[in-house]
Amino acid sequence: MPVQVQGEVLSIRRVGAYFAMTVVAPGMAELTRPGHFVAVQVGGPESSMLLRRAFAIYDVKERGVYGGTVEFIFSVHGKGTAWLARRRPQDKLDLVGPLGKPFRLPAERVTATLVGGGYGSAPLLPLASLLRERGCRVDFVLGAGDQHRLFGQLDAKRIATSIEVTTDDGSSGRRGRVSDVLPELLDRTQSDVVYACGPMAMLRAVTEICSSRGIPCQVAVEESMACGIGVCMTCVLPVIGDDGKTRMLRSCVEGPVFLGDRVRWSDVGTIPEDVVGSITAQAGH
Amino acid sequence: MTELTVRKTEAAFTRPDVDLTTQLGSVTFPNPVFTASGCAAAGQELDQFFDVSQLGGIVTKSIMLAPRSGRATPRMAETPSGMLNSIGLQGPGIDAFLDKDLAWLAQRGARAVVSIAGGSVEDYAKLAAKLRGAKGLAMIEVNISCPNVEDRGQVFACDPGASAAVVQAVKRSAPTGVPVFAKLSPDVTDITEIAKACVDAGADGLSLINTLLGLVIDTDTMRPALGGITGGLSGPAIRPVAVRAVWQVRQALPDIPILGMGGIRTGLDALEFVLAGANAVSVGTTVFGDPRAPIRVLDELAVALAERGFSSVAEAVGLAHRPPEIRLPEGPDPVGDTLGDPAHDDEEQL
Ligand SMILES: Cc1cc2nc3c(=O)[nH]c(=O)nc-3n(C[C@H](O)[C@H](O)[C@H](O)COP(=O)(O)OP(=O)(O)OC[C@H]3O[C@@H](n4cnc5c(N)ncnc54)[C@H](O)[C@@H]3O)c2cc1C
Ligand SMILES: Cc1cc2nc3c(=O)[nH]c(=O)nc-3n(C[C@H](O)[C@H](O)[C@H](O)COP(=O)(O)O)c2cc1C
Ligand code: FES
Repeated sequence: MPVQVQGEVLSIRRVGAYFAMTVVAPGMAELTRPGHFVAVQVGGPESSMLLRRAFAIYDVKERGVYGGTVEFIFSVHGKGTAWLARRRPQDKLDLVGPLGKPFRLPAERVTATLVGGGYGSAPLLPLASLLRERGCRVDFVLGAGDQHRLFGQLDAKRIATSIEVTTDDGSSGRRGRVSDVLPELLDRTQSDVVYACGPMAMLRAVTEICSSRGIPCQVAVEESMACGIGVCMTCVLPVIGDDGKTRMLRSCVEGPVFLGDRVRWSDVGTIPEDVVGSITAQAGH
Repeated sequence: MTELTVRKTEAAFTRPDVDLTTQLGSVTFPNPVFTASGCAAAGQELDQFFDVSQLGGIVTKSIMLAPRSGRATPRMAETPSGMLNSIGLQGPGIDAFLDKDLAWLAQRGARAVVSIAGGSVEDYAKLAAKLRGAKGLAMIEVNISCPNVEDRGQVFACDPGASAAVVQAVKRSAPTGVPVFAKLSPDVTDITEIAKACVDAGADGLSLINTLLGLVIDTDTMRPALGGITGGLSGPAIRPVAVRAVWQVRQALPDIPILGMGGIRTGLDALEFVLAGANAVSVGTTVFGDPRAPIRVLDELAVALAERGFSSVAEAVGLAHRPPEIRLPEGPDPVGDTLGDPAHDDEEQL
């Protein structure tokens, strides 16, 4: 169950191309699991930006000198994130969270591969720690456009058994994409499960690689959201249910974590004809 | 209604002693603040943030006969003080809605205002009939901003005849004793013409306003930002249009109950609608940025009424229409002053 908290910025620092923001938000940390996200009000109470911005939760501390804190990693994309980047310690920030369904953890000690694209590695790092605590082997693949857009390389090295890095421009690690190195890594580590977070195209590629090997993968998607709490129906994508039927599911409450092979990647952004309640299916009425 | 609605986690707030009850047709609601259709689903999600039974009512997302998947994404674009949406009425269909959503609202003790939407007059009639005997149903809102499949997709709400036909059909098959409100579109030349047609056809009241048709072009892709191309504009950007619509309809139809909405963000915004002639208000888009907004608006409205010396919300309805010779009491600070209410003296204020 999410809470709405009037928080206070504890710190904001640059991490490569990103900002890491820590906010004192009492009551949120203890509810948070890796994969949850937080929705942040931007622009102040009189803002002309009415909608909250969603960010994956990176780190939480239940208690500290300042009370519970929540940290997220963001890149400046448009007006809202530009405003956020100008916040300074002690500025007030209204947060709602934790939101969404987190990553599901394996019941057994498995070998897990975690694939992060850009800031998508943020929720994977606490997940990796949790998996390690449970005795799982963790291997990382981190990818980004360039070295400044890689996040969490050092943390990942510390936590994981192995780490592979790719950048589009070759400024760090191997030149290329995570999907170029993933198949070989999965075969080498005999991975049982894959967790991924990053751009939609990457999640699709990861899913395809996993499906062809019969490896279950969980992906955290990023869809445009107006409310983040399940009331507006803007954040939907076509997902196949246990009954084999496709429905337009809300990624803010039924996601953002989905089983990769349940998402109809080639139909994202459309209403497939066979979806439950599609206009075509109703043509007879 | 004088009981407190503060949450455990909130600092104690005592709502001022103002009679907030409001009459919409045959039903008296405990207070005049409602959610807006499509901005609160069926109340369950918002109940995580405040007790939804404390609102005047929960207006549910417009429901159709069959399950519906809605339009392609992207479904929203933020605009200055507003947003454009193109959801396309995604929903589970009336049967699942009654079983799950309305049942939950009834069990929660909330007053449900069920919004219905159809593609033909017959659809609306069938939907209204399905609501007979439904527990928890306080009122029906008829969303007539839908394309009429039997008339080349012409929107019902843009034509007085089509609007009247829908209202009449709903009134005929709706359960008795449940007020039927027609929700009007502002995208018409003369909203009072549609309002009159609906009232003549038997509408017990009017909801004003639905979204305005808009379009946003993404300058990076150089295409429309929304999958559905056009969308409905909502939020504070449309508030003056909405207040104008309420004003005009109140002037044309002095006695018809009005549920006003469009960009309400604060109690003072709500008061603007009340003064223009709304008997109750819906808080829509603001919920997306502030899930507690409806209950906050209610608290703020109560304070705003008390500060102006009103002992009930009913006294304020349509007051902005009073002739110019009635003036507020002279003085340096009209706010907090009494306005013809001997029951309040200065010590009691605030
Ligand atoms: C579940 C989830 C987790 C996310 N995690 C992160 C994260 O950890 N770090 C990070 O940098 N970004 C993350 N994002 C993306 C982030 O929400 C957007 O970059 C941000 O909303 C852009 O806001 P803006 O005002 O700068 O951009 P604008 O383009 O001005 O935003 C306009 C509107 O579009 C929405 N919007 C625009 N781009 C996106 C997008 N990519 N995803 C969702 N909504 C969008 C905004 O919320 C806003 O309502 C996440 C998104 C989601 C849905
Ligand atoms: C995302 C969204 C979905 C909506 N869905 C409906 C709907 O299903 N039926 C309806 O009558 N109005 C719908 N509306 C319109 C609102 O109920 C309301 O009339 C309008 O948004 C103006 O109020 P606001 O500015 O407070 O949001 C929707 C509005 C939004 C923003
Ligand atoms: S963002 Fe509103 S339902 Fe998901």
